Parts: sequence; C-alpha cells; structure tokens
Amino acid sequence: MANDGPAPLERFLNGILPENPVYRQLLGMCPTLAVTGNMKAAMTMSAAVMFVMICANLITSSIRHLLKPHLRILVFVLTIATFVTIADRVLAAYLYQMSKELGPYIPLIIVNCIIICRCEVCASRQGLGAAAFDAVGQSIGFALALASIATVREILGAGTWFGITLLSESWWPVWGIMVLPPGAFITLGFLLGGVNWLSMPRGKKSAGCGVR
Amino acid sequence: MKDSYLGQAWLVLSLALVFGAALAGVQAGLSGRIADNKLNETYDQIPYLLDLIDDDGNVTVEITVKIWRTPDDKLAYQAVDPNGQAVGWVIKGVGPGFQDRIELLIGLDPEAETITGLFVLDQKETPALGNRILEDWFREQFVGKDATKGVVVTRASPVAADNEVGAISGATISSLAVGDIVNAAVKDFRARKGDLELKD
Repeated sequence: MANDGPAPLERFLNGILPENPVYRQLLGMCPTLAVTGNMKAAMTMSAAVMFVMICANLITSSIRHLLKPHLRILVFVLTIATFVTIADRVLAAYLYQMSKELGPYIPLIIVNCIIICRCEVCASRQGLGAAAFDAVGQSIGFALALASIATVREILGAGTWFGITLLSESWWPVWGIMVLPPGAFITLGFLLGGVNWLSMPRGKKSAGCGVR
Repeated sequence: MKDSYLGQAWLVLSLALVFGAALAGVQAGLSGRIADNKLNETYDQIPYLLDLIDDDGNVTVEITVKIWRTPDDKLAYQAVDPNGQAVGWVIKGVGPGFQDRIELLIGLDPEAETITGLFVLDQKETPALGNRILEDWFREQFVGKDATKGVVVTRASPVAADNEVGAISGATISSLAVGDIVNAAVKDFRARKGDLELKD
C-alpha cells in the first residue's frame, strides 16, 4: 500500500473539527454518552483513548506493508487490546478511584470504533508521521467533544466543573437528570445540532433541517 | 510457504507473542501496587462494614486490624477495639458474575453469625443493570442477615422470609451471583474459623 492520502498536518487538523470523531463521524458514542457526567472522568477517558490511539496507529503504520488484507482487522484489534490493557492496569495502579469509577468503559476502548477506524483509514495506508499526527488530531477532537458535553452536564447537573463549585446550591437547583443517562442524550443532541447549525453555509441557516 | 497457514498467520502469531510478553511485564510491574490499592480500600471500608460509623460519618469505635490466614491461604481481617475486644470480621468473597469476576468484602459480627455489611471491591457488570449491585439499597439488604443460614436472592417483591434479598430487576444473574459469593465465602469462613493463623 502506497503512502498516499492527506499530509500529516491536514490529518491533524481534520481530526479536530472537519472530521471530528464525535461531532462529524458519530463514532465512539458509548464512552461519549457514558463517561461525560463529570470533567475528571471525561478527561481520564480522553487521555486513555489518546494513549491507545497513538500507540495503535504507530504500530499499525510500521507493519502496514506486512498486513494481509483478510487478517488486518485481527491485527488492529490485537494491537488495540494490548494497549488498552496496559492503560487499564496503569489506571488501576496509579488512579485507583478513577479506575473504579470508569469501570468497564476502559476495557471497552478495545471496541471503540474511532481507533479501529483510524487504523483502517489512515495508519494502514500512510507512514508514521501521518499516522502519529492523525492519532493526536483525532484524540484531541475526541477530548474536545467529551469536554464540551461533560462541561454542560457537570455544571448543570452538579453545579461544579472539574470538582470546583461554580453554581452554589443555595440558589442553583441542580438538574439531577443531567448527570444521568438521559442528560447525556439531551446534551449530545443539542450540541450536535448546534455544531451542524454553526457550520452550515451562511445564508442557508433558515433552510430547516441541518443535514450535511 | 506463502499459502500455508504459517505463511499467512506468522505476523499475527508473532505479534501475539510480543504483546503477551509485554502485558506479562506490565502485570508483573504493577500487580503489587494494584494489590496495595485494594488492601488500602479494604482497610478504609472495615468501619463501614462493621457498622462502626454514626449518622454524622464519624467512627464510633477506634479499631486496630489483625490479619488472619486460613489454612488455604485466604485472608480474614479481624477488627479489635482498644480493650482487645473483637468487634467483627471482614472477609473477602470472589466469584463469577454475569460479565467478569466480582470481588466482595463481607462484614460479620465477632461470632460470624450475622452479616453486618457488604462492599463491592471490584466488578465489571453491565452498566446501569448489573453494576447496580454497587447501590446502597441492594447492599444494605444483606445487613442483619443470619450468616448461619445464608441468604436467598429472590425476584419476588416484597421479600417474604427473613433471609431473603430482593434481586435487581433486569440484573437477576448479577444479583444471584452476589448472593452465591456471599454464601460461599461465609460458609467457607465459618468452617475454617477454628484453624486461623495470625499473619505476621
């Protein structure tokens, strides 16, 4: 497979908004909805995903000439599972309470489609530079998406941000639903709609449904 | 060679070996630290499991913890008050859940006849269903149950008999697993209580 495809810098920038994994590709919805109840959990998840994505992309890219087409997904999953297990053990050793809070969602990074998608779309076709920039860009995009949802949910649902009290309970009736699963769906829906609306061409914003 | 199984699969096989070795290394390097984390959490939970916390969250009895070892190398934590009087036991129960291994801490009175508390040390049950075994209402059902008879997890609501515990709706298997783990651990501990050895 030849080294074709977008340049490293383009890969990096694409990951942040034009091809944002959550807002544009709608991948990785499970952690997006599940661990965005507060910023600390969302950022720990983002860091774990970034670590796994960078390692998986680098390994896949460096062995891309050896991959057999019908065995490639197996190799991707094997690689991803290894780094996820490492991330899971490191969290259990150094951030024990956070590891308990995230529970099965760290092992579930193994089946996070964002990472398999990057291995397939970028790392198995392009060199190390593009693969590394792609992984960093996509994971920053993922982290920003999680941060946007977690910010809304933590502030409205608990009155705090990163555990710092912003809205005093004396005058802010916390919206308990925002930290529960329905709050995740509501927030994601509104933010997704907002991002689509903002990125529509000017002058067409009244044209009804914002399907791209 | 190119069409043989080895010719096709050598990359997968060698990656599996390399990754396996890497994971073994990580496990060897971190398992001690992870075990310490669990042990510290066990110590933190002992006052709660033995119901030594008042409504304001203060510890009512200062305790020291003695660690005992059963003949088959399991650990039991005995809480002792400043007068040397035994306050209760905390034992560990491990068994299969719906998804993965469940590790529990079980609090017992000094005679190991009544369950005084239950804490989930580790679980990977289904979020929002099986992982509701973490919730207070479910765990508190075990408090006060007769450890000599064991608990019965039931789907009936409300529960009829003294030793019955209501299952979580939608998570019967996880609930039953917790009941089984508690019963097995308590039964095992009661049988070996006479043969404990103080761990140095």
